[in-house]
Amino acid sequence: MAHVTAQPLRNEPATRASLAAGPARRRRRLPSRRVGALLAWFIVMLAFTGFFVVPVIWLFLAPTKTDHQLVYWNPLALGSFHSFLRTWDEIYAFQAHELLVWLWNSARYSVGGVLLALACAVPAGYGLALTQFIGRKVLLSITLIVMIMPASALVLPLFLEMNLLHLSNSAWSVVLPFGLFPFGVYLSYIFFSSTIPKELLAAARVDGCNEWGVFRHVALPLARPIVALVGFFAFVSDWTNFFLPFVMFYTDRQYPLPVGLDYLISSTAAFNPVASAAASPVLRPELAMATLVAIAPVFIIFFFAQRALVTGMLAGSTKE
Amino acid sequence: MSDTTFLPVPTRAQARTGRGQAGGRHRAGYAFVAVYLVLLILFGVLPTAYAVYLAFTKAAGRRVSVGPVSFAQWAGLSNFFTTGRDFRFLPAFEHIAVYLAIWLVVLVVLVLALALLLHGGVRRTVPFFRFLFYLPGALAGSASVLVWAFMLDPDISPWHFALSRLHYSSMPQTIAPGHLPVIFAVIAFWTGAGGWIVVMNGALNNISDEVIDSAKIDGANAWQLAVRIKLPLIKRWVVFMLILAFAAGTQLFVEPQLLGAASLGMVSPTWSPNQLAYYLATQNGNFNYAAAISVDLLIVGLMAATLLVFRSKLFQLD
Repeated sequence: MAHVTAQPLRNEPATRASLAAGPARRRRRLPSRRVGALLAWFIVMLAFTGFFVVPVIWLFLAPTKTDHQLVYWNPLALGSFHSFLRTWDEIYAFQAHELLVWLWNSARYSVGGVLLALACAVPAGYGLALTQFIGRKVLLSITLIVMIMPASALVLPLFLEMNLLHLSNSAWSVVLPFGLFPFGVYLSYIFFSSTIPKELLAAARVDGCNEWGVFRHVALPLARPIVALVGFFAFVSDWTNFFLPFVMFYTDRQYPLPVGLDYLISSTAAFNPVASAAASPVLRPELAMATLVAIAPVFIIFFFAQRALVTGMLAGSTKE
Repeated sequence: MSDTTFLPVPTRAQARTGRGQAGGRHRAGYAFVAVYLVLLILFGVLPTAYAVYLAFTKAAGRRVSVGPVSFAQWAGLSNFFTTGRDFRFLPAFEHIAVYLAIWLVVLVVLVLALALLLHGGVRRTVPFFRFLFYLPGALAGSASVLVWAFMLDPDISPWHFALSRLHYSSMPQTIAPGHLPVIFAVIAFWTGAGGWIVVMNGALNNISDEVIDSAKIDGANAWQLAVRIKLPLIKRWVVFMLILAFAAGTQLFVEPQLLGAASLGMVSPTWSPNQLAYYLATQNGNFNYAAAISVDLLIVGLMAATLLVFRSKLFQLD
């Protein structure tokens, strides 16, 4: 319909001329209005940028100051490198470098979860997209439902289950549930059903490849981008997960970083001056430093892989 | 695209190798999904089934043995009624309801406003702003709550001018119980909005230039273009966002938990339904009550998900 109204206009010389003159004339007549709109646009954008970015900047600056400076200096002032190192020493010394223990835990739980998720999701997406079997549609529907249902809805049921199996407080209690990543299955499914030409697979079969060989030697080498994408998403969701490890672990040496932050809050003087020894060296700058360590890997991924992440988030929305 | 060329190929191959090959491919399908299926059953279906079992049985009472397995005594709906009458149950769901009302309105209005502004604004700056809006997503989970605990402390907050304008001079004042739903909505918006702006922006970019150009030629101004042309075309993504945000919002846990820790227990440990369930399981050791509340929440999440999958036509099921 839109097409129809536009077409005759373009064919009429007189209208085309007036059209070409239109924007130019408008620009000449209303420059102040356009500039005003543009200015308003930039102000709104910058205001929201401030809302989103200022807390991040504050967080990066906080460890460069002492707790006293945090209160009395300008909140966005830069401290000194010396203070930064001192802050690091204090948080490093906390309970015999427990921060690094948490970092190591986070790394092994997340990497384990990601590897398991990839090993399940990529073949499953392939199977759902390019093979036929009874129950395929049912499995696809269940995958979508589990994908949309918030993962935290399953946390307490998982806790009850792990308790029954005497697996709570072990790495398995989080790594195995991390391996169930239906979003990765769906992303792989979309990828395999829309980008792998079926004649290629058929040709490989004619050449004598068995089904596993077709997947391993033809589909998988083409699927590198989707493997990376599913890996990213699984990593980000595993690394930032709080509820599941919070519920599963009851000894602080087993915590991953997000739960470690909770432990730091409740066992140091940073937020609770009364609750612990007044001389505790872990104060707000140290807590900010620990937060920076906790977000570092995901932050770096966001910075360097933003294009890939954006593509993945749009995987659904570009699908018509 | 090349339906006509590739469709006959598998058929020909099948014809040549006969039925055995097709059967083999059938089995291959199961092999590819096997590991995933095992995990789905072990960590999706079984915990759900076990929670349902616990929710409908009693811990005390005579157990019924069937062969080597013994089952707890059937409790009917009594766990649901008992937890429903618990003095913390209704407040927890009220908290979530108020939080959701604020959060969903803020989310829809601001995400749409920002996405439309980005789409109708200076093109070259879009990736820049989009990335900055998205950046706090890297702090999802406990890091974001910790950052906002700092932001809400008037002593150190970069927003102290705004807080003092509101006459808040100490943290207990800023995080007074009545403020919590707003605070959690702000935190959720701060970490989650950017991702949704990216999605909406992508959906807007999908609108063909012809549609927009012809609307412009027909004399639509920027506002009419946004509200009458672009908005209706991305409506289903708004519904998608609303349902996902609703389902996730009912599960609130880390925000009240951490803010409670950071404020010497100013936030009740049973503020949200998930917290209440966790509390009943770990503090009272009553797994049956905890399971009943989990099942309540599971039903809500399941209904939202089912609605979206089968009603919205957003997902490709074939």
